[in-house]
Amino acid sequence: MTFFDIARRNVTRHWLRSTLAVVGIVIGVIAIASLGIMGNSIGLMFENMVSDVGDTVIVSPATGVGGGKLTERQVSDIARAVGSNDVIPFSSTADKISVGDKESAAMIYAIPAGDIPSLLEVESGSYPKDTGGGCLIGSQLAANSRENGLKLGARVRIGGETLRVVGVLKERGMGFDINPDYAIVVPYAWYSSHYDEDDYDQAIVKVRDVNNIDAVKESIEQKMNRREDTVAVMDTRGILESVFAATESITIFLAGIGAISLLVAGVSILNVMLMSVTERTKEIGILRSIGTRRSEVMRMFIYEALLLGLAGAVIGGALSFGTGYVVTALFAGNADYLFHPTSLLYIAFGMGFGVFTSIASGLYPAWKAAQLNPIQALRHE
Amino acid sequence: MPVISFEHVTKVYPLPAGDVVALDGVDLAIEKGEFVLIMGPSGSGKSTLLNIMGSLDVPTSGEVTIAGKKISRMSDDELTLLRRDHIGFVFQQFNLIPLLSVVENVEYPLILKGGQNGSRERAKEVLRAVEIAETHFTHKPSELSGGQQQRVAIARALVNDPDFLLCDEPTGNLDSKTGTAIMSLLDRMNREEGKTIVMVTHDPRMTEYADRTIRLVDGRVVE
Ligand SMILES: Nc1ncnc2c1ncn2[C@@H]1O[C@H](COP(=O)(O)OP(=O)(O)OP(=O)(O)O)[C@@H](O)[C@H]1O
Ligand SMILES: [Mg+2]
Repeated sequence: MTFFDIARRNVTRHWLRSTLAVVGIVIGVIAIASLGIMGNSIGLMFENMVSDVGDTVIVSPATGVGGGKLTERQVSDIARAVGSNDVIPFSSTADKISVGDKESAAMIYAIPAGDIPSLLEVESGSYPKDTGGGCLIGSQLAANSRENGLKLGARVRIGGETLRVVGVLKERGMGFDINPDYAIVVPYAWYSSHYDEDDYDQAIVKVRDVNNIDAVKESIEQKMNRREDTVAVMDTRGILESVFAATESITIFLAGIGAISLLVAGVSILNVMLMSVTERTKEIGILRSIGTRRSEVMRMFIYEALLLGLAGAVIGGALSFGTGYVVTALFAGNADYLFHPTSLLYIAFGMGFGVFTSIASGLYPAWKAAQLNPIQALRHE
Repeated sequence: MPVISFEHVTKVYPLPAGDVVALDGVDLAIEKGEFVLIMGPSGSGKSTLLNIMGSLDVPTSGEVTIAGKKISRMSDDELTLLRRDHIGFVFQQFNLIPLLSVVENVEYPLILKGGQNGSRERAKEVLRAVEIAETHFTHKPSELSGGQQQRVAIARALVNDPDFLLCDEPTGNLDSKTGTAIMSLLDRMNREEGKTIVMVTHDPRMTEYADRTIRLVDGRVVE
């Protein structure tokens, strides 16, 4: 028999009241864990969707200057500024396409044929040439339009001219530069003659060494924007960082809402423990009169709070796997995120916070019990 | 050297309606092995006296020496340890811990001293000495009769081998036959084990067990 035993017996003696207190902690732990997991899964989903590894600098025309296009001259200036790094200029448009008698619309990216391989990977087939009327289709477009006949080798009409699909692209995911998964990629030469255009929408600079990103940006700025801002220079790493910072703060916000529900549970533990102290005033008087020290009385009550907290944390932690599964499946569309280490960390955090809240709520009642005057406590009925 | 000595002990309870003087300049000494009764009318300060003897309370003025230690400047912890290690309490209302079984109640003071080894055996031994049947050891106190509960309480008071026992009307809640049995148990502890006993009572018949009687009136010792 120890103080812990006595605490355990007290908790089980009033099992209904203890159960209610534990339920509060359970709900709090589940709230923290599932909301944390939810935010985290949304972040992970984003991370998975975004293909960029942060090695890209995107150069766009400064708004309002030169009709919002990059000229051939500007592109070669940029190429000179970035040295040996690849510069891939492109344009994009949306247009009607038709395969056989089936008509639809698609995003069309135009990239100089020679630059395509340094930006995009082909899953099947080959890369198109500047001449010869070949084009590439994105992986999702290919997957979605197979019944329509849009597949490798098919003929697709874009604005009255027929191109042949010579390759299907590998899935690329969401990017900050281009999103070719649902699009058609054509050689810029064909686009230029077909749409009668010589300028580009944007230019992508692939930086070989990510450590040089800032230097590359700087040298583009130096070259292009010396007199007035003709281009805007962004790097995807910076964009990525701010996106991830945003998802992180969403997660913290959600977990914070969970923490509030745990605070409510803490108040209920405080209440249960204060009730327990009042009820057991006489018993505390007995314990004190036969030589139990204040610190020992305090320990007994803190153990009770600890037991309630542990029970709540363990049950809540176990149930969090269930609710975590539901929220990840619901909000991130992929329940695998539940088993990601950071998701599991939120369960552990919820459990830890549950135990902490219980003990913190038990401190005042325990202190109150320890401060009781033994004689007055003995007289209490 | 006396086990307990009081020098000009005064206890005043300050109340809004005016101070209540519960003890008024009490001098006394309890020698080792004595069986002393404390008698007096209701409100004369008997319980107050006993509580101070038991270091549950401290005097307003005067000095109290318990087991050779002056208590006036002791901290709460020191007073508690004094109770734990030197004093056995027996109350009118038995005051067993409802959560613990009979044997655990008796074992509890040993646990407080941190002695796990053989504490259960020692508790059983003392329970046998106060004539509690083995079958009752694992029962809860509420399942025992009043007389049995008081025997368990006496066992708990004795288990740490205290310097003295303090009993506040230990037979007050018992019928006269059971009360007599408890008295002869205390008497036996005093005569055979040499236990020092101080007992508050209203019952004049108890004087036959005692070596002497201290009479209190209005917080003063009268002869
Ligand atoms: N905590 C307290 N606060 C205020 N007054 C108190 C307190 N305890 C005792 N008193 C007063 O001190 C006096 C002595 O009380 P005490 O309990 O010592 O009497 P007693 O002799 O034990 O009486 P009884 O025979 O009824 O038990 C009484 O007047 C009582 O009202
Ligand atoms: Mg009294």
